[in-house]
Amino acid sequence: MLLIVSCGLMWLGIAVGSTGFESLTNMQRDAQAMLIVRDIRLPRTVGAWLAGALLGLAGAVAQGLFRNPLADPYLLGSASGASLGVALAMVLFGVSPLAAQWALQLGLTGAAFLGAVAAVLLTLLLAKGVQHTLRLLLAGVVVGVVLGALTSLILLVNPAVMQAMQAFMLGSTAFMGWTACLLMALALLVCLMAAYMMSHVLDGLALGEATAQSLGLQLPQMRAALVAVLALATGTAVAQTGLIAFVGLAAPHLVRSVVKTTHGWLIILSGLTGAVLLVAADILARWSVAPQELPVGVLTAVLGGGYLLWLMHRHAHRQTGGGSGL
Amino acid sequence: MTNGNNNAITLVAARAYQITAKLGNVDVLSNISIDFCRGGWTSIVGPNGAGKSTLLKVLAGLIPYTGTVELLGQPLQNLPAKQRARQLSWLGQSSGGLGESSADDLIAYDVTMLGRMPHQPWLASASQADHIAVEKALRSTQAWDWRGRPLGQLSAGERQRVLLARALAVEADVLLMDEPLANLDPPHQTDWLLLVKALVASGKTVISVLHEITFALQADDVVVMSAGRVVHQGACGDAASHRAIQAVFAERMTIHHIAGQWVALPKI
Repeated sequence: MLLIVSCGLMWLGIAVGSTGFESLTNMQRDAQAMLIVRDIRLPRTVGAWLAGALLGLAGAVAQGLFRNPLADPYLLGSASGASLGVALAMVLFGVSPLAAQWALQLGLTGAAFLGAVAAVLLTLLLAKGVQHTLRLLLAGVVVGVVLGALTSLILLVNPAVMQAMQAFMLGSTAFMGWTACLLMALALLVCLMAAYMMSHVLDGLALGEATAQSLGLQLPQMRAALVAVLALATGTAVAQTGLIAFVGLAAPHLVRSVVKTTHGWLIILSGLTGAVLLVAADILARWSVAPQELPVGVLTAVLGGGYLLWLMHRHAHRQTGGGSGL
Repeated sequence: MTNGNNNAITLVAARAYQITAKLGNVDVLSNISIDFCRGGWTSIVGPNGAGKSTLLKVLAGLIPYTGTVELLGQPLQNLPAKQRARQLSWLGQSSGGLGESSADDLIAYDVTMLGRMPHQPWLASASQADHIAVEKALRSTQAWDWRGRPLGQLSAGERQRVLLARALAVEADVLLMDEPLANLDPPHQTDWLLLVKALVASGKTVISVLHEITFALQADDVVVMSAGRVVHQGACGDAASHRAIQAVFAERMTIHHIAGQWVALPKI
Protein backbone atom coordinates (compact mmCIF):
# COMPACT_ATOMS: atom_id res chain seq x y z
CA MET A 1 0.00 0.00 0.00
CA LEU A 2 2.69 2.43 1.06
CA LEU A 3 4.61 1.56 -2.07
CA ILE A 4 1.63 2.41 -4.24
CA VAL A 5 1.16 5.70 -2.42
CA SER A 6 4.87 6.35 -2.92
CA CYS A 7 4.54 5.88 -6.66
CA GLY A 8 1.49 8.12 -6.81
CA LEU A 9 3.22 10.85 -4.86
CA MET A 10 6.34 10.45 -6.93
CA TRP A 11 4.26 11.16 -10.03
CA LEU A 12 2.71 14.15 -8.35
CA GLY A 13 6.13 15.26 -7.19
CA ILE A 14 7.50 15.50 -10.71
CA ALA A 15 4.32 17.16 -11.92
CA VAL A 16 4.38 20.05 -9.47
CA GLY A 17 6.65 22.98 -10.16
CA SER A 18 6.86 26.56 -11.29
CA THR A 19 6.32 25.66 -14.92
CA GLY A 20 3.36 23.56 -14.01
CA PHE A 21 2.13 20.27 -15.25
CA GLU A 22 2.89 21.08 -18.89
CA SER A 23 6.56 20.36 -18.36
CA LEU A 24 5.68 16.77 -17.86
CA THR A 25 3.37 16.43 -20.83
CA ASN A 26 5.71 18.32 -23.11
CA MET A 27 8.71 16.38 -21.96
CA GLN A 28 9.03 14.36 -25.14
CA ARG A 29 9.11 17.39 -27.40
CA ASP A 30 10.54 20.13 -25.25
CA ALA A 31 14.17 19.77 -24.22
CA GLN A 32 13.86 22.37 -21.50
CA ALA A 33 10.86 20.70 -19.99
CA MET A 34 12.76 17.46 -20.08
CA LEU A 35 15.61 19.11 -18.22
CA ILE A 36 13.33 20.54 -15.57
CA VAL A 37 11.68 17.23 -14.90
CA ARG A 38 14.80 15.10 -15.12
CA ASP A 39 17.30 17.23 -13.29
CA ILE A 40 15.22 19.26 -10.87
CA ARG A 41 11.86 17.75 -10.04
CA LEU A 42 12.72 14.09 -10.24
CA PRO A 43 15.89 14.11 -8.12
CA ARG A 44 14.19 16.38 -5.64
CA THR A 45 11.23 14.07 -5.26
CA VAL A 46 13.36 10.95 -5.16
CA GLY A 47 15.62 12.70 -2.67
CA ALA A 48 12.72 13.65 -0.44
CA TRP A 49 11.56 10.04 -0.53
CA LEU A 50 15.01 8.75 0.42
CA ALA A 51 15.58 11.33 3.15
CA GLY A 52 12.16 10.62 4.60
CA ALA A 53 12.89 6.90 4.55
CA LEU A 54 16.21 7.43 6.32
CA LEU A 55 14.55 9.55 9.00
CA GLY A 56 11.65 7.15 9.48
CA LEU A 57 14.02 4.21 9.79
CA ALA A 58 16.23 6.13 12.21
CA GLY A 59 13.20 7.04 14.28
CA ALA A 60 12.16 3.41 14.63
CA VAL A 61 15.69 2.41 15.59
CA ALA A 62 16.04 5.27 18.09
CA GLN A 63 12.73 4.54 19.78
CA GLY A 64 13.56 0.86 20.08
CA LEU A 65 17.12 1.42 21.21
CA PHE A 66 16.26 4.00 23.85
CA ARG A 67 13.07 2.20 24.81
CA ASN A 68 11.35 5.51 24.65
CA PRO A 69 8.49 6.33 22.30
CA LEU A 70 9.51 9.98 22.28
CA ALA A 71 13.02 9.27 21.08
CA ASP A 72 13.89 11.24 18.01
CA PRO A 73 16.52 10.34 15.42
CA TYR A 74 18.31 13.63 16.17
CA LEU A 75 18.66 12.56 19.78
CA LEU A 76 22.38 11.96 19.69
CA GLY A 77 23.10 15.52 18.67
CA SER A 78 23.41 14.93 14.94
CA ALA A 79 21.08 17.79 14.04
CA SER A 80 22.86 20.44 16.07
CA GLY A 81 26.20 19.05 14.93
CA ALA A 82 25.15 19.38 11.31
CA SER A 83 23.95 22.95 11.90
CA LEU A 84 27.22 23.89 13.52
CA GLY A 85 29.14 22.27 10.68
CA VAL A 86 27.20 24.28 8.11
CA ALA A 87 27.52 27.52 10.04
CA LEU A 88 31.26 27.03 10.45
CA ALA A 89 31.69 26.21 6.78
CA MET A 90 29.76 29.29 5.74
CA VAL A 91 31.86 31.53 7.93
CA LEU A 92 35.24 29.96 7.29
CA PHE A 93 34.95 29.67 3.53
CA GLY A 94 33.01 32.85 3.18
CA VAL A 95 30.24 31.04 1.48
CA SER A 96 27.48 33.39 0.67
CA PRO A 97 24.07 32.31 -0.52
CA LEU A 98 24.94 33.81 -3.88
CA ALA A 99 28.02 31.68 -4.41
CA ALA A 100 28.08 29.05 -7.09
CA GLN A 101 25.25 26.75 -6.20
CA TRP A 102 26.91 23.44 -6.79
CA ALA A 103 30.19 24.10 -5.07
CA LEU A 104 28.31 25.55 -2.17
CA GLN A 105 25.97 22.64 -1.87
CA LEU A 106 28.75 20.10 -2.02
CA GLY A 107 30.84 21.90 0.62
CA LEU A 108 27.90 22.45 2.93
CA THR A 109 26.69 18.90 2.62
CA GLY A 110 30.12 17.63 3.56
CA ALA A 111 30.32 20.04 6.47
CA ALA A 112 26.88 19.03 7.69
CA PHE A 113 27.70 15.35 7.52
CA LEU A 114 31.02 15.82 9.31
CA GLY A 115 29.31 17.97 11.92
CA ALA A 116 26.62 15.37 12.50
CA VAL A 117 29.12 12.56 12.86
CA ALA A 118 31.36 14.63 15.13
CA ALA A 119 28.43 15.52 17.36
CA VAL A 120 27.39 11.88 17.70
CA LEU A 121 30.97 10.94 18.55
CA LEU A 122 31.07 13.72 21.13
CA THR A 123 27.85 12.44 22.65
CA LEU A 124 29.29 8.94 22.82
CA LEU A 125 32.45 10.29 24.40
CA LEU A 126 30.50 12.20 27.05
CA ALA A 127 28.31 9.19 27.76
CA LYS A 128 31.43 7.00 27.99
CA GLY A 129 30.17 4.60 25.37
CA VAL A 130 26.80 3.30 24.36
CA GLN A 131 26.02 1.00 27.25
CA HIS A 132 24.14 3.33 29.54
CA THR A 133 21.07 4.50 27.67
CA LEU A 134 20.01 7.21 30.07
CA ARG A 135 23.50 8.68 30.11
CA LEU A 136 23.49 8.56 26.31
CA LEU A 137 20.19 10.45 26.22
CA LEU A 138 21.41 13.11 28.61
CA ALA A 139 24.72 13.50 26.80
CA GLY A 140 22.77 13.90 23.55
CA VAL A 141 20.69 16.66 25.08
CA VAL A 142 23.77 18.42 26.45
CA VAL A 143 25.59 18.20 23.12
CA GLY A 144 22.47 19.45 21.34
CA VAL A 145 22.12 22.47 23.60
CA VAL A 146 25.80 23.40 23.64
CA LEU A 147 26.32 23.02 19.90
CA GLY A 148 23.09 24.91 19.31
CA ALA A 149 24.37 27.75 21.44
CA LEU A 150 27.67 27.74 19.55
CA THR A 151 25.81 27.95 16.25
CA SER A 152 23.79 30.88 17.54
CA LEU A 153 26.97 32.59 18.65
CA ILE A 154 28.55 32.16 15.23
CA LEU A 155 25.45 33.56 13.60
CA LEU A 156 25.42 36.49 15.97
CA VAL A 157 29.00 37.37 15.12
CA ASN A 158 28.46 36.84 11.40
CA PRO A 159 25.00 38.09 10.61
CA ALA A 160 25.77 37.77 6.91
CA VAL A 161 25.34 34.03 6.92
CA MET A 162 22.16 34.22 8.95
CA GLN A 163 19.83 34.05 5.99
CA ALA A 164 21.57 31.20 4.25
CA MET A 165 21.74 29.38 7.53
CA GLN A 166 18.05 29.80 8.06
CA ALA A 167 17.30 27.83 4.91
CA PHE A 168 19.28 24.94 6.30
CA MET A 169 17.72 25.11 9.75
CA LEU A 170 14.24 25.04 8.30
CA GLY A 171 15.00 22.06 6.14
CA SER A 172 14.67 22.02 2.41
CA THR A 173 14.57 19.47 -0.34
CA ALA A 174 15.22 22.07 -3.02
CA PHE A 175 18.90 21.51 -3.68
CA MET A 176 19.14 17.79 -4.04
CA GLY A 177 20.65 16.47 -7.23
CA TRP A 178 21.27 12.99 -8.46
CA THR A 179 24.54 12.70 -6.51
CA ALA A 180 22.68 13.37 -3.29
CA CYS A 181 20.09 10.77 -4.24
CA LEU A 182 22.76 8.20 -4.94
CA LEU A 183 24.44 8.87 -1.60
CA MET A 184 21.18 8.60 0.29
CA ALA A 185 20.15 5.48 -1.58
CA LEU A 186 23.41 3.81 -0.60
CA ALA A 187 23.05 4.90 3.02
CA LEU A 188 19.45 3.73 3.07
CA LEU A 189 20.38 0.35 1.68
CA VAL A 190 23.13 -0.15 4.26
CA CYS A 191 21.04 1.15 7.17
CA LEU A 192 17.97 -0.82 6.21
CA MET A 193 19.84 -4.09 5.92
CA ALA A 194 21.78 -3.54 9.13
CA ALA A 195 18.74 -2.40 11.10
CA TYR A 196 16.63 -5.28 9.84
CA MET A 197 19.32 -7.77 10.75
CA MET A 198 19.44 -6.38 14.27
CA SER A 199 15.72 -5.89 14.70
CA HIS A 200 15.45 -8.90 17.00
CA VAL A 201 17.71 -7.04 19.43
CA LEU A 202 15.19 -4.20 19.58
CA ASP A 203 12.41 -6.72 20.20
CA GLY A 204 14.38 -8.21 23.06
CA LEU A 205 15.20 -4.79 24.47
CA ALA A 206 11.50 -3.96 24.59
CA LEU A 207 11.22 -6.49 27.42
CA GLY A 208 14.02 -4.78 29.32
CA GLU A 209 17.78 -4.91 29.14
CA ALA A 210 18.15 -7.78 31.59
CA THR A 211 15.65 -9.94 29.74
CA ALA A 212 17.33 -9.14 26.43
CA GLN A 213 20.64 -10.17 27.93
CA SER A 214 19.14 -13.34 29.39
CA LEU A 215 18.03 -14.28 25.88
CA GLY A 216 21.68 -14.48 24.90
CA LEU A 217 21.87 -11.20 23.00
CA GLN A 218 25.29 -9.56 22.86
CA LEU A 219 24.01 -6.17 23.90
CA PRO A 220 27.26 -4.17 23.92
CA GLN A 221 28.16 -4.97 20.32
CA MET A 222 24.59 -4.77 19.06
CA ARG A 223 23.99 -1.44 20.72
CA ALA A 224 27.14 0.02 19.22
CA ALA A 225 26.08 -1.20 15.77
CA LEU A 226 22.59 0.26 16.17
CA VAL A 227 24.01 3.63 17.22
CA ALA A 228 26.19 3.52 14.11
CA VAL A 229 23.11 2.89 11.94
CA LEU A 230 21.34 5.76 13.68
CA ALA A 231 24.25 8.12 13.13
CA LEU A 232 24.69 7.16 9.47
CA ALA A 233 21.00 7.48 8.65
CA THR A 234 20.43 10.82 10.38
CA GLY A 235 23.81 12.23 9.33
CA THR A 236 23.15 11.46 5.68
CA ALA A 237 19.61 12.79 5.72
CA VAL A 238 20.39 15.94 7.67
CA ALA A 239 23.36 16.71 5.45
CA GLN A 240 21.19 16.70 2.33
CA THR A 241 18.00 18.26 3.55
CA GLY A 242 18.77 20.24 6.67
CA LEU A 243 16.67 19.87 9.76
CA ILE A 244 13.44 18.18 8.85
CA ALA A 245 11.44 17.99 12.02
CA PHE A 246 9.11 15.30 13.26
CA VAL A 247 9.25 12.87 10.32
CA GLY A 248 11.50 10.51 12.26
CA LEU A 249 9.48 10.89 15.42
CA ALA A 250 6.06 10.57 13.84
CA ALA A 251 6.63 7.82 11.27
CA PRO A 252 7.04 4.93 13.79
CA HIS A 253 4.03 6.19 15.76
CA LEU A 254 1.95 6.30 12.63
CA VAL A 255 2.93 2.71 11.85
CA ARG A 256 2.26 1.50 15.38
CA SER A 257 -1.13 3.12 15.51
CA VAL A 258 -2.13 1.09 12.48
CA VAL A 259 -0.36 -2.21 12.99
CA LYS A 260 1.30 -3.90 15.95
CA THR A 261 4.35 -5.71 14.77
CA THR A 262 7.88 -6.69 15.67
CA HIS A 263 10.74 -4.32 14.96
CA GLY A 264 11.75 -5.99 11.69
CA TRP A 265 8.57 -4.83 10.01
CA LEU A 266 8.34 -1.70 12.08
CA ILE A 267 11.67 -0.54 10.70
CA ILE A 268 10.70 -1.21 7.09
CA LEU A 269 7.24 0.30 7.44
CA SER A 270 8.54 3.34 9.33
CA GLY A 271 11.03 3.92 6.53
CA LEU A 272 8.27 3.77 3.92
CA THR A 273 5.98 5.94 6.03
CA GLY A 274 8.70 8.51 6.57
CA ALA A 275 9.33 8.53 2.83
CA VAL A 276 5.67 9.05 2.00
CA LEU A 277 5.35 11.74 4.68
CA LEU A 278 8.28 13.75 3.42
CA VAL A 279 7.38 13.50 -0.26
CA ALA A 280 3.81 14.52 0.57
CA ALA A 281 5.03 17.40 2.70
CA ASP A 282 7.42 18.45 -0.05
CA ILE A 283 4.66 18.51 -2.65
CA LEU A 284 2.42 20.42 -0.29
CA ALA A 285 5.21 22.89 0.44
CA ARG A 286 5.68 23.56 -3.25
CA TRP A 287 2.03 23.61 -4.10
CA SER A 288 0.31 25.49 -1.33
CA VAL A 289 1.83 28.90 -1.95
CA ALA A 290 3.04 28.39 -5.54
CA PRO A 291 4.99 29.86 -7.21
CA GLN A 292 6.60 30.52 -3.81
CA GLU A 293 7.72 27.65 -1.62
CA LEU A 294 7.28 26.90 2.02
CA PRO A 295 10.34 25.38 3.70
CA VAL A 296 9.38 21.74 3.97
CA GLY A 297 10.79 21.53 7.51
CA VAL A 298 8.24 24.07 8.68
CA LEU A 299 5.46 22.07 7.13
CA THR A 300 6.58 18.76 8.66
CA ALA A 301 6.93 20.44 12.04
CA VAL A 302 3.41 21.82 11.92
CA LEU A 303 1.83 18.66 10.52
CA GLY A 304 3.91 16.25 12.59
CA GLY A 305 3.40 18.25 15.76
CA GLY A 306 -0.32 18.40 15.18
CA TYR A 307 -0.46 14.69 14.51
CA LEU A 308 1.43 13.82 17.70
CA LEU A 309 -0.81 16.08 19.72
CA TRP A 310 -3.85 14.34 18.29
CA LEU A 311 -2.30 10.94 19.04
CA MET A 312 -1.59 12.04 22.60
CA HIS A 313 -5.16 13.11 23.11
CA ARG A 314 -6.52 9.90 21.71
CA HIS A 315 -4.26 7.96 24.05
CA ALA A 316 -5.29 10.06 27.04
CA HIS A 317 -8.92 9.34 26.27
CA ARG A 318 -8.49 5.65 25.73
CA GLN A 319 -6.22 4.95 28.68
CA THR A 320 -7.58 5.88 32.02
CA GLY A 321 -5.06 3.89 34.02
CA GLY A 322 -1.90 5.69 33.01
CA GLY A 323 -0.41 7.21 29.94
CA SER A 324 1.91 5.34 27.69
CA GLY A 325 2.61 4.49 24.12
CA LEU A 326 3.49 8.10 23.80
CA MET B 1 34.48 -27.18 43.93
CA THR B 2 34.64 -27.83 40.19
CA ASN B 3 32.73 -30.74 38.90
CA GLY B 4 35.30 -32.86 37.13
CA ASN B 5 33.16 -35.77 36.02
CA ASN B 6 32.14 -35.36 32.42
CA ASN B 7 29.54 -37.98 31.77
CA ALA B 8 27.78 -38.24 35.08
CA ILE B 9 24.65 -36.11 35.41
CA THR B 10 25.40 -33.21 37.67
CA LEU B 11 23.22 -33.10 40.71
CA VAL B 12 23.71 -29.40 41.14
CA ALA B 13 21.76 -27.19 38.75
CA ALA B 14 23.40 -23.95 39.77
CA ARG B 15 26.25 -23.28 42.15
CA ALA B 16 27.35 -19.95 43.53
CA TYR B 17 30.74 -19.90 45.21
CA GLN B 18 32.08 -16.96 47.21
CA ILE B 19 29.90 -14.50 45.37
CA THR B 20 30.14 -10.82 46.11
CA ALA B 21 28.12 -8.33 44.09
CA LYS B 22 28.05 -4.58 44.45
CA LEU B 23 25.51 -1.95 43.60
CA GLY B 24 27.55 1.23 43.57
CA ASN B 25 29.75 0.90 46.61
CA VAL B 26 27.34 -1.18 48.64
CA ASP B 27 27.80 -4.93 48.90
CA VAL B 28 24.42 -6.32 47.94
CA LEU B 29 25.73 -9.86 48.24
CA SER B 30 28.63 -10.61 50.56
CA ASN B 31 30.55 -13.79 50.01
CA ILE B 32 27.66 -16.11 49.30
CA SER B 33 28.21 -19.80 48.59
CA ILE B 34 25.20 -21.93 47.80
CA ASP B 35 24.14 -24.94 45.71
CA PHE B 36 20.78 -25.38 44.05
CA CYS B 37 19.79 -28.99 43.61
CA ARG B 38 18.93 -30.22 40.12
CA GLY B 39 15.39 -31.29 39.35
CA GLY B 40 14.02 -29.53 42.39
CA TRP B 41 12.20 -26.37 43.28
CA THR B 42 13.95 -23.91 45.58
CA SER B 43 12.32 -20.79 46.94
CA ILE B 44 14.33 -17.79 48.01
CA VAL B 45 12.71 -15.69 50.71
CA GLY B 46 13.78 -12.76 52.82
CA PRO B 47 12.98 -9.16 53.60
CA ASN B 48 13.21 -6.34 51.03
CA GLY B 49 16.79 -5.53 50.22
CA ALA B 50 18.11 -8.93 51.29
CA GLY B 51 19.73 -9.45 47.89
CA LYS B 52 17.33 -12.10 46.54
CA SER B 53 16.86 -10.57 43.10
CA THR B 54 20.56 -9.79 42.90
CA LEU B 55 21.43 -13.42 43.60
CA LEU B 56 19.05 -14.50 40.86
CA LYS B 57 20.66 -12.04 38.44
CA VAL B 58 24.13 -13.29 39.36
CA LEU B 59 23.03 -16.87 38.70
CA ALA B 60 21.70 -15.74 35.32
CA GLY B 61 24.95 -13.93 34.53
CA LEU B 62 23.18 -10.60 34.13
CA ILE B 63 25.29 -8.46 36.45
CA PRO B 64 28.99 -8.31 37.34
CA TYR B 65 30.15 -10.24 40.39
CA THR B 66 33.26 -11.68 41.93
CA GLY B 67 33.41 -15.39 42.67
CA THR B 68 32.32 -18.36 40.62
CA VAL B 69 28.95 -19.37 39.26
CA GLU B 70 28.43 -22.76 37.69
CA LEU B 71 25.47 -23.72 35.58
CA LEU B 72 24.87 -27.46 35.20
CA GLY B 73 28.48 -28.14 36.11
CA GLN B 74 30.07 -25.56 33.80
CA PRO B 75 31.50 -22.20 34.78
CA LEU B 76 28.97 -19.61 33.67
CA GLN B 77 31.63 -17.28 32.34
CA ASN B 78 32.88 -19.91 29.89
CA LEU B 79 29.46 -20.52 28.40
CA PRO B 80 28.66 -18.75 25.14
CA ALA B 81 25.74 -16.37 25.73
CA LYS B 82 23.39 -18.22 23.43
CA GLN B 83 24.10 -21.60 24.95
CA ARG B 84 23.57 -20.18 28.43
CA ALA B 85 20.29 -18.67 27.24
CA ARG B 86 19.09 -22.10 26.08
CA GLN B 87 19.92 -23.72 29.40
CA LEU B 88 18.70 -21.00 31.69
CA SER B 89 15.57 -18.89 31.50
CA TRP B 90 15.16 -15.77 33.62
CA LEU B 91 11.88 -14.07 34.39
CA GLY B 92 12.46 -10.61 35.79
CA GLN B 93 10.51 -8.76 38.40
CA SER B 94 7.58 -7.16 36.64
CA SER B 95 7.69 -3.39 36.74
CA GLY B 96 4.11 -3.59 37.96
CA GLY B 97 2.42 -0.47 36.67
CA LEU B 98 0.76 -0.55 33.30
CA GLY B 99 2.13 1.54 30.52
CA GLU B 100 5.64 1.34 31.88
CA SER B 101 6.92 -1.02 29.29
CA SER B 102 8.21 -0.34 25.84
CA ALA B 103 6.79 -3.75 24.96
CA ASP B 104 3.27 -2.27 24.96
CA ASP B 105 3.16 -2.37 21.20
CA LEU B 106 4.28 -5.97 20.90
CA ILE B 107 1.71 -8.69 20.45
CA ALA B 108 1.54 -11.38 23.14
CA TYR B 109 2.41 -14.11 20.63
CA ASP B 110 5.47 -12.21 19.40
CA VAL B 111 6.57 -11.56 22.98
CA THR B 112 6.37 -15.26 23.75
CA MET B 113 8.25 -16.03 20.55
CA LEU B 114 11.14 -13.94 21.89
CA GLY B 115 11.72 -16.81 24.29
CA ARG B 116 12.70 -18.91 21.29
CA MET B 117 15.47 -16.53 20.31
CA PRO B 118 18.24 -18.64 21.88
CA HIS B 119 17.13 -21.56 19.68
CA GLN B 120 16.94 -19.63 16.43
CA PRO B 121 19.88 -19.13 14.10
CA TRP B 122 20.43 -15.48 13.22
CA LEU B 123 17.91 -14.16 10.71
CA ALA B 124 16.10 -17.48 10.54
CA SER B 125 12.34 -17.31 10.80
CA ALA B 126 10.46 -19.28 13.42
CA SER B 127 10.44 -23.04 12.89
CA GLN B 128 7.60 -25.44 13.47
CA ALA B 129 9.17 -26.40 16.79
CA ASP B 130 9.22 -22.73 17.80
CA HIS B 131 5.52 -22.31 17.08
CA ILE B 132 4.71 -25.48 18.99
CA ALA B 133 6.72 -24.34 22.00
CA VAL B 134 5.07 -20.92 21.96
CA GLU B 135 1.59 -22.36 21.79
CA LYS B 136 2.35 -24.80 24.58
CA ALA B 137 3.74 -22.02 26.77
CA LEU B 138 0.83 -19.66 26.17
CA ARG B 139 -1.70 -22.41 26.84
CA SER B 140 0.03 -23.46 30.04
CA THR B 141 -0.35 -19.95 31.46
CA GLN B 142 -3.89 -19.59 30.11
CA ALA B 143 -2.76 -16.73 27.91
CA TRP B 144 -3.51 -18.37 24.55
CA ASP B 145 -6.82 -16.54 24.18
CA TRP B 146 -5.20 -13.14 23.91
CA ARG B 147 -2.18 -14.16 21.90
CA GLY B 148 -3.12 -11.62 19.24
CA ARG B 149 -3.40 -8.64 21.59
CA PRO B 150 -0.64 -6.15 22.29
CA LEU B 151 0.71 -6.12 25.84
CA GLY B 152 -0.42 -2.53 26.27
CA GLN B 153 -4.03 -3.70 26.15
CA LEU B 154 -3.66 -6.37 28.83
CA SER B 155 -4.16 -6.07 32.57
CA ALA B 156 -1.14 -6.39 34.84
CA GLY B 157 -2.01 -10.00 35.67
CA GLU B 158 -2.63 -10.94 32.05
CA ARG B 159 0.62 -9.33 31.07
CA GLN B 160 2.46 -11.27 33.78
CA ARG B 161 1.06 -14.50 32.37
CA VAL B 162 2.37 -13.61 28.91
CA LEU B 163 5.80 -12.82 30.36
CA LEU B 164 5.71 -16.12 32.22
CA ALA B 165 4.87 -17.87 28.95
CA ARG B 166 7.84 -16.08 27.37
CA ALA B 167 10.10 -17.56 30.06
CA LEU B 168 8.59 -21.02 29.61
CA ALA B 169 8.95 -20.91 25.82
CA VAL B 170 12.74 -21.04 26.23
CA GLU B 171 12.27 -24.65 27.40
CA ALA B 172 15.39 -24.26 29.49
CA ASP B 173 16.49 -26.80 32.06
CA VAL B 174 16.83 -24.16 34.74
CA LEU B 175 14.19 -21.51 35.33
CA LEU B 176 14.83 -18.47 37.49
CA MET B 177 11.74 -16.47 38.42
CA ASP B 178 11.71 -13.22 40.32
CA GLU B 179 8.37 -12.68 42.08
CA PRO B 180 6.38 -14.56 39.46
CA LEU B 181 3.16 -14.26 41.46
CA ALA B 182 3.12 -10.48 41.33
CA ASN B 183 -0.21 -9.22 39.96
CA LEU B 184 -1.68 -12.71 39.61
CA ASP B 185 -5.11 -13.35 41.08
CA PRO B 186 -5.60 -16.35 43.43
CA PRO B 187 -6.73 -18.86 40.79
CA HIS B 188 -3.76 -18.02 38.61
CA GLN B 189 -1.41 -18.14 41.57
CA THR B 190 -2.64 -21.68 42.09
CA ASP B 191 -2.20 -22.38 38.38
CA TRP B 192 1.36 -21.14 38.63
CA LEU B 193 1.96 -23.48 41.57
CA LEU B 194 0.67 -26.47 39.62
CA LEU B 195 2.70 -25.42 36.61
CA VAL B 196 5.93 -25.29 38.61
CA LYS B 197 5.21 -28.65 40.20
CA ALA B 198 4.66 -30.12 36.74
CA LEU B 199 7.90 -28.56 35.48
CA VAL B 200 9.85 -29.99 38.38
CA ALA B 201 8.21 -33.39 37.92
CA SER B 202 9.43 -33.34 34.31
CA GLY B 203 13.00 -32.82 35.51
CA LYS B 204 13.35 -29.03 35.31
CA THR B 205 14.96 -26.97 38.02
CA VAL B 206 13.04 -23.97 39.33
CA ILE B 207 14.50 -21.25 41.54
CA SER B 208 12.01 -18.60 42.53
CA VAL B 209 12.10 -15.48 44.64
CA LEU B 210 8.79 -15.24 46.46
CA HIS B 211 7.23 -12.91 48.98
CA GLU B 212 4.21 -15.15 49.41
CA ILE B 213 5.67 -17.40 52.13
CA THR B 214 2.78 -19.85 51.94
CA PHE B 215 3.59 -20.43 48.27
CA ALA B 216 7.32 -20.46 48.92
CA LEU B 217 6.82 -23.29 51.42
CA GLN B 218 5.30 -25.46 48.68
CA ALA B 219 8.78 -25.81 47.23
CA ASP B 220 11.26 -28.58 48.02
CA ASP B 221 13.89 -26.33 49.53
CA VAL B 222 13.88 -22.85 50.94
CA VAL B 223 16.79 -20.42 51.03
CA VAL B 224 16.46 -17.66 53.62
CA MET B 225 18.37 -14.45 52.93
CA SER B 226 18.99 -11.35 54.96
CA ALA B 227 21.27 -8.36 54.41
CA GLY B 228 23.19 -9.87 51.50
CA ARG B 229 23.82 -13.23 53.14
CA VAL B 230 22.25 -16.66 53.08
CA VAL B 231 21.23 -17.32 56.66
CA HIS B 232 19.58 -20.70 56.11
CA GLN B 233 18.98 -23.36 53.50
CA GLY B 234 16.83 -26.37 54.22
CA ALA B 235 13.75 -28.42 53.39
CA CYS B 236 10.47 -26.52 53.42
CA GLY B 237 9.00 -28.87 55.99
CA ASP B 238 11.82 -28.47 58.52
CA ALA B 239 11.11 -26.69 61.75
CA ALA B 240 14.56 -25.08 61.49
CA SER B 241 13.57 -23.52 58.15
CA HIS B 242 10.40 -22.13 59.67
CA ARG B 243 12.33 -20.66 62.59
CA ALA B 244 14.80 -19.02 60.18
CA ILE B 245 11.98 -17.50 58.12
CA GLN B 246 10.20 -16.17 61.19
CA ALA B 247 13.47 -14.72 62.46
CA VAL B 248 14.36 -12.78 59.29
CA PHE B 249 10.87 -11.33 59.22
CA ALA B 250 11.34 -10.08 62.79
CA GLU B 251 8.85 -12.61 64.16
CA ARG B 252 6.05 -10.61 62.56
CA MET B 253 4.60 -13.79 61.04
CA THR B 254 4.15 -17.37 62.11
CA ILE B 255 4.07 -20.62 60.15
CA HIS B 256 1.37 -23.18 60.82
CA HIS B 257 0.40 -26.56 59.46
CA ILE B 258 -3.14 -26.31 58.16
CA ALA B 259 -4.95 -28.83 55.96
CA GLY B 260 -1.71 -30.60 55.05
CA GLN B 261 0.06 -27.39 53.96
CA TRP B 262 2.45 -24.98 55.58
CA VAL B 263 0.77 -21.61 55.90
CA ALA B 264 2.27 -18.27 56.90
CA LEU B 265 0.03 -16.00 58.90
CA PRO B 266 0.59 -12.46 60.07
CA LYS B 267 1.24 -12.17 63.81
CA ILE B 268 -1.14 -9.64 65.28
